[in-house]
Amino acid sequence: MASKVLHAIYRDDDLLLQAVKQIREARYHIGEIYCPFPVHGLDKAMGLAPTRLAITSFLYGLVGLAVAIAMMNFIMIEDWPQDIGGKPSFSFFQNMPAFVPIMFELTVFFAAHLMVITFYMRSKLWPFKKAENPDVRTTDDVFLMEVDAANHNVEDLTDFLYKTGASEIKLIE
Amino acid sequence: MYTLSSKLKLTAIIFMIVGAIGLIYGFIAAPETVEDVKEMMASEHHGEEHAGVESSEINVEQLPGEGISEEHAEETHAAAEGGHGEEAAHDNEHYEHVLHQLQNKPWSALYVAAFFFFMISLGVLAFYAIQYAAQAGWSPVLFRVMEAITAYLLPGGIIVFVLLMLSGFHVNHLFIWMDPEVVAHDEIIQAKTAYLNVPFFLIRAAIYLGGWILFRHLLRKNSLKMDDATDNTYFKKNFKLAAGFLVFFIVTESMMSWDWIMSLDPHWFSTLFGWFVFASLFVSGITTIAIISIYLKSRGYLEFVNDSHIHDLAKFMFGISIFWTYLWFSQFMLIWYSNIPEEVVYFITRMEDYPVLFWGMLVTNFIFPVLLLMNSDYKRVNWFVIMTGIIILAGHYLNVFVLVMPATVGESWFIGVSEISAVLLFGGFFLFVVFNALTKAPLLVKGNPFIKESKHYHY
Repeated sequence: MASKVLHAIYRDDDLLLQAVKQIREARYHIGEIYCPFPVHGLDKAMGLAPTRLAITSFLYGLVGLAVAIAMMNFIMIEDWPQDIGGKPSFSFFQNMPAFVPIMFELTVFFAAHLMVITFYMRSKLWPFKKAENPDVRTTDDVFLMEVDAANHNVEDLTDFLYKTGASEIKLIE
Repeated sequence: MYTLSSKLKLTAIIFMIVGAIGLIYGFIAAPETVEDVKEMMASEHHGEEHAGVESSEINVEQLPGEGISEEHAEETHAAAEGGHGEEAAHDNEHYEHVLHQLQNKPWSALYVAAFFFFMISLGVLAFYAIQYAAQAGWSPVLFRVMEAITAYLLPGGIIVFVLLMLSGFHVNHLFIWMDPEVVAHDEIIQAKTAYLNVPFFLIRAAIYLGGWILFRHLLRKNSLKMDDATDNTYFKKNFKLAAGFLVFFIVTESMMSWDWIMSLDPHWFSTLFGWFVFASLFVSGITTIAIISIYLKSRGYLEFVNDSHIHDLAKFMFGISIFWTYLWFSQFMLIWYSNIPEEVVYFITRMEDYPVLFWGMLVTNFIFPVLLLMNSDYKRVNWFVIMTGIIILAGHYLNVFVLVMPATVGESWFIGVSEISAVLLFGGFFLFVVFNALTKAPLLVKGNPFIKESKHYHY
């Protein structure tokens, strides 16, 4: 664990984006950035890897489709193939149009809900979770950047951060 | 400015010539008398005539449920064997039926292809109007491409109108309700003659076509004037025109689909048919915009069009393909589920006589676009969009084919010389008109208040 971090506070998102670029160019390591709202392009500027949430969602959708098909094939065709209003329950495909609405809904249901749960798990969000906010103002109107200071001269780094437009800097040990 | 390359011009002309020759062959090869049909069928499948009689009779009267049709087939079979005179009468009736179908075949091929390319330009016009009315910020860089595609509306519309007139003057038998003999024996059609009669039909067609062509003309004129304008007057004019067009379009498009396509089966009706045809023409139009834009970009003419614009078009292709499938399925499933005989024959004939096309359409128009264009990165790969686009266009040609052919040629369908020639003929003509229209104006609009945003558009 890095023992020393600097908390630099910025008051403007454009300034923050500029600062991120400068800091990365200077090869300092940014730990975390706390923003009150999504800053467009911040993930690209920080060089974060793109999310794979959409891929998981696609796979969950396939699971939902498979569940729907297996469920209705078993219930309607294999287990008790009753004649209900003359619908052809001899094979799955003969009666498929009637199953499509459920197949569709279950695909969407699985894709959506499992993806949301995946998001909660990956981002470690749950009720009664203790907030990890380093400064209450970051939920209102300031941006806070956590810069790793372990192997650097703190004075130099502080000067550099002031030059990038930081309005306050705090050393956290 | 775009200059038409001589290679492209030559390709278009070759397409047209080859297509015209093939179509003329198709018309010559169509049989003229019942004897011709007998000869053709004898040489094509010797000894199968009897089976042919049976199956066609089943098709005409078949009700859903396999047991019923089999009983019925046995009955007719027994009846036919009972009296030889009756069999001969049945035979002749059957050959006459096939004769009409085979005579309709080149006409239907012509009609399907003419309508298909016309509907592309109509779909593009609808898309163009929506971009104006919605004040879209991403699309103005593509406006000139859209305007050029809609240039086909005038010649294509005239061709469709001439074909409808030829039907109205009994040169062909595409629309059975235009045949007074058929109407005389058909109470269902008699009850519809207030709407389905030739003069009113042609007047309606003239109103739709005239309206669409007029709106297109005005939109294009204002768009050209906007290039030299110093204020937003022409943009505001186009905004209002586009909104007016969309209102006019949604009414006339729906009626057009009843007139030009649904009335081919005058015993059948469906309420969401207009939307279904709209989805088909809309997605074909958007696909064509994407393909032509990518082609022009690859030739270095649209350097201001970036991958984000293509990405957006591909998203539309993806979304509207699903929309088409939604409507296709809604129409099919409601009729399949309730299984009312008078409605369901429409799908029975299609599922029995056109099984590959009927179900294959779902693969080309739904499965392919969904799987190929779902990934965000693939929507930026230009050749990927082109390949998917070609599949979508082919799929929607088949869609029009399956809408029209079962009513006009029935089980005598085949994708042969006349069908391919008709596509080549109109495809060549479409290319020629569209790329010729592209040379008429600079490829980037000026004076549009959103053009700067559109040039910098990034997704």
